[in-house]
Amino acid sequence: MTDISEVAAHEAVVSGSESDDGGPHGFSMVVFSGDLDRQIAAFIIANGAAAMELPVTMFFTFWGLNALRRDGPVPIANPKTTVEKMFGRMMPRGAEKLKLSHLNLGGLGTRMIKHEMEKKHVLDLPHLIQTAREQGVHLVACTMTMDLMGIRKEELLPGIEFGGVGTMVFASDNSRSTLFI
Amino acid sequence: MEADELRHLKVDKTVDARGVACPGPLLEAKRAVASVPLHGVMEVISSDEGTTEDVPLWAKKVGHEYLGTVPEAGIWRVYLRRGK
Repeated sequence: MTDISEVAAHEAVVSGSESDDGGPHGFSMVVFSGDLDRQIAAFIIANGAAAMELPVTMFFTFWGLNALRRDGPVPIANPKTTVEKMFGRMMPRGAEKLKLSHLNLGGLGTRMIKHEMEKKHVLDLPHLIQTAREQGVHLVACTMTMDLMGIRKEELLPGIEFGGVGTMVFASDNSRSTLFI
Repeated sequence: MEADELRHLKVDKTVDARGVACPGPLLEAKRAVASVPLHGVMEVISSDEGTTEDVPLWAKKVGHEYLGTVPEAGIWRVYLRRGK
C-alpha cells in the first residue's frame, strides 16, 4: 500500500494540483536539448504557463541539464573520474554558454542573436530562468543523467529539485500538456 | 466596450510595457494586477501586438474581466477589470 505521506511529498516536488473540474491541471516539459534556442522557447512557454497560474514542472535531462549548471568550476564533495571530468569540461557550463541549434557559425551566430535579443528587449536565458523560478516553476534535474555525465548537485544552481522518471511521469500525469523539447 | 468608453475609464493602474518583448508584457500585467483594487481597472500599454491576444486570454484564464483594446500608433492599450 502506498504511504500517503510519501504521495504528499511527491506532490510538493512536482506540479500536481487539480483544477476546479477535478481534471489534471498542470503543465510539464521534458527539457532534453541544450541548444540555446530550444531552451529559450522552453522557458518562455514555462513563464507563460506560470503566468496563466498553471503549476509548471520542467524536467531537465541529458544536454538540457547544462542550462542549470553554475558558471565556472565548483568545489565538489566526491572527486570525479577522468571521463566525468572530460564531460564536465566539454559541455557548456550554464545558460550563458549555450549555442544556437542552427547558424551558430563557430559562435558568431550565437553572439549575433544575443545582440539582437538585447536590442529588441527579449529577456535572455538567465533572466528567463530567474523569472520562471520567481513564478514558482519547478525545475527538476534528472539524477540518472546527472550521474551518467558526472554532474554533481553542487554544480547546479541552488534550489533545483531532483528526481527520476517517476517524478517526470507523475508531473505529466497531472498535466493537460507535456512537451518534449 | 468601445474605444471612446475605454478612453474615459478611470484607470487604477497603468502598466507601461512598451519596448518589452514576449512574455514581458504578460508577466508585468500579472505582477501589477496585485496592486489594483478588486474590480478596479488596469491598463496595459504594449508595443508587442501579441499582447492584444495574450493578455485577454490570461485574464479569462485567471478570472479578470477583459474590457477592450485601443490601438494607437505602434502601441496597444489593453483594459481589464480585476476580478479576484
